[in-house]
Amino acid sequence: MSGMVIQPVLLWSDALLFVLIAVIGALTLWARRQEALRAAWTRVARNGVAMAAATVLAVFVLIGLLDSLHYRARLEAQPGAAERYAVEVNSALDALLSDLRLRAEKTYSAPLATHLFAREALENSAQREFPRLKHGGAHLGENLSGHELDIAVRVSRGLGGGLVVWLLLVALVCRVNGLDLKAVMKVGACRPAKRNPRQTESGAATGAVLVTLLPILLLLGVAISLGGGYHVFGTDKVGQDVLYLSLKAIRTGLLIGTLTTLVMLPAAVLLGILAGYVGGWVDDVIQYLYTTLSSIPGVLLIAAAVLMMQVVIDTHPDWFATSAERADARLLALCLILGMTSWTGVARLLRGETLKLRELEFVQAAQAFGVGRFAIMRRHILPNLMHIVLISLVMDFSGLVLAEAVLSYVGVGVDPTTISFGTMINTARMELAREPMVWWSLLAAFSFMFALVLAANLFADAVRDAFDPRSSA
Amino acid sequence: MLAYIIRRLLYAIPILIGVNLFTFALFFVVNTPDDMARMQLGVKRVTPEAIQKWKAERGYDKPLVWNAAAAGGAKLTDTIFFSKSVRMFAGDFGHADDGRDIAREIGARMGPSLAIALPTFVLGLFVAISFALLLVFFRATTLDFAGVVLCVAMMSISGLFYIIGGQWLVSKVWHLVPISGYSGGLDASKFLILPVIIGVVGGIGSSARWYRTIFLEEITRDYVRTARAKGLPERVVLFRHVLRNAMIPILTGVVVVIPTLFMGSLLTESFFGIPGLGSYTIDAINAQDFAVVRSMVFIGSVLYIVGLLLTDLSYTLADPRVRLQ
Repeated sequence: MSGMVIQPVLLWSDALLFVLIAVIGALTLWARRQEALRAAWTRVARNGVAMAAATVLAVFVLIGLLDSLHYRARLEAQPGAAERYAVEVNSALDALLSDLRLRAEKTYSAPLATHLFAREALENSAQREFPRLKHGGAHLGENLSGHELDIAVRVSRGLGGGLVVWLLLVALVCRVNGLDLKAVMKVGACRPAKRNPRQTESGAATGAVLVTLLPILLLLGVAISLGGGYHVFGTDKVGQDVLYLSLKAIRTGLLIGTLTTLVMLPAAVLLGILAGYVGGWVDDVIQYLYTTLSSIPGVLLIAAAVLMMQVVIDTHPDWFATSAERADARLLALCLILGMTSWTGVARLLRGETLKLRELEFVQAAQAFGVGRFAIMRRHILPNLMHIVLISLVMDFSGLVLAEAVLSYVGVGVDPTTISFGTMINTARMELAREPMVWWSLLAAFSFMFALVLAANLFADAVRDAFDPRSSA
Repeated sequence: MLAYIIRRLLYAIPILIGVNLFTFALFFVVNTPDDMARMQLGVKRVTPEAIQKWKAERGYDKPLVWNAAAAGGAKLTDTIFFSKSVRMFAGDFGHADDGRDIAREIGARMGPSLAIALPTFVLGLFVAISFALLLVFFRATTLDFAGVVLCVAMMSISGLFYIIGGQWLVSKVWHLVPISGYSGGLDASKFLILPVIIGVVGGIGSSARWYRTIFLEEITRDYVRTARAKGLPERVVLFRHVLRNAMIPILTGVVVVIPTLFMGSLLTESFFGIPGLGSYTIDAINAQDFAVVRSMVFIGSVLYIVGLLLTDLSYTLADPRVRLQ
């Protein structure tokens, strides 16, 4: 391994995330061959709002994936010594944002500020002054009169850059798809070339994606241009850039929203189908199991389980090599615990649907042909339940992202060292009583969370409408 | 009817036993009392004597389920399982870490919890149903679309934001009500009004959207077409026919939460400093007071099971077609 600049680190959550992506990829390939599924997904793709939401989600997922490629950097080689790697585990996103990550201030500073938020006694002055920031606005030097002008220039430069990139992208997409560029320039969205009805659908979806990309690219341009010289969302208590924290929190939110459902699905599907199809005492036992579990109030069950998990982790410090691994284990345990409380609803739904399917002709025909119980469940029942599984997966996502913030506030969420929306809000909450208020970390966390959850909700609605047989009537 | 209620009550017993066994396993088998003692005492003060003392103070120094050293029936009763878990059925929850009796504390804190949860529930139901009816009245118009978009947007905002934002706006900027606190009697209203409003606003998005779907489902029924055909104005159709019939799924859907109102709300109570059961639970979680958390889990389950029972009963009251055997 000599000569490697970095040592890749695969955390458990990364591995599960990649498994999840592989599963989604495999399911996509499978769904392409299924007529009904392809039709349903085409309905989703034709829905402009859904495609816009999907675009926003894709940006979040991209950030989350970049943040899941972990590594440990190599330390400066000492002659004669074996290669050593830093204890700190970083991700590809950290490397991309190393500017934001490393330019820490001393403590709070407001967005785009040049001075710290609180007065301090300076060395050569009797009065308490606002100390100058080390990095925020450092390029201005001593002359601060150009502060506003500099910000305005940077904003317009960022907007211009974003617009140029967007126009290039639009031109490229229209060229590739053979769409009419002139029409695009007129209305600001891709219009399909005339007399080409086959392209109407893909044109509508492309238009929605492109229109959504415009504000995203503009915001990105402004963030890059301003972020080069200032802290766009200010800094937090220990002086870390809030924009960097918000971007890091995305991965935690995505993980909790997806892995929770992933870890509970096998049990929920298996038990739900078994209870519905086999019936008898199996049904009684499974029903008893989920009625008992679901009768414990969710938050309390989670709180109790997390408290116990903390004791386990605290009494076995030797299990984890780095603090990142410990935080990761806690995150996974939280997903498991959340899954434990949420599988009951899915299992109940699947049981009910299986009861209905069991009486249908095709299942009875299979029974008459002497197909075995488990083969029927796997080949005839399970594929017909996939839409419920999918709908519950996308519907649960946004609720779980919101739940994370609440749980971290209650003190039973992720590890305090894990950057998440919940921990951001929780630390910012301490400063609410301060006068004037420290509002920026709260606002940043809430805005990012709102964008993520809103996009997920809109997308989930479209998926449910497309897949739920009742709603298509 | 009576036979049905009794049968349902009997059915609740195995579930409660299951909850009890589950919490016992979670609190005492996953971790031994020694682990809990070590964690609570902190690294510095962990000595075998300190652990023994900690366990003895809380009654955790007994065997888990079988006390071989005791005589006769005490073999079963002089154990952690009996003294901590079985006695919960008798309403004996033991003592919190600060030495107070948990059952008495719960009784005292139910009042403030209900004072917030009940108005929030009733007002929230009323506002959400009115809003949903309004949307249905203007269905398939821009107003309906805007209303649904508003609902989805409001659903996507974190509950913490409503509380923090509301406190900031109403109490800090407008200085209308105190930011937090509680007092008994009529004086309490000035402390209660803001948390109630925030609770109602925060819950409106998801519930109004749900009620709207129910109303829309109801509006395609035959009796609605009949009512319109005989010339009733849309207003009368909505209020006299659709609302009444839609109340069945709505009421039976919300009845289950009524008993759990006693538990209060974790977030609201802790942000507004209301001495109810929600803040009691949060404090216990933060102080890692296992006895209190265990008791709240048990009480929460009891209330939820009562809620399920009430749901079944409300079906018969709201819908004369349903007959229970």
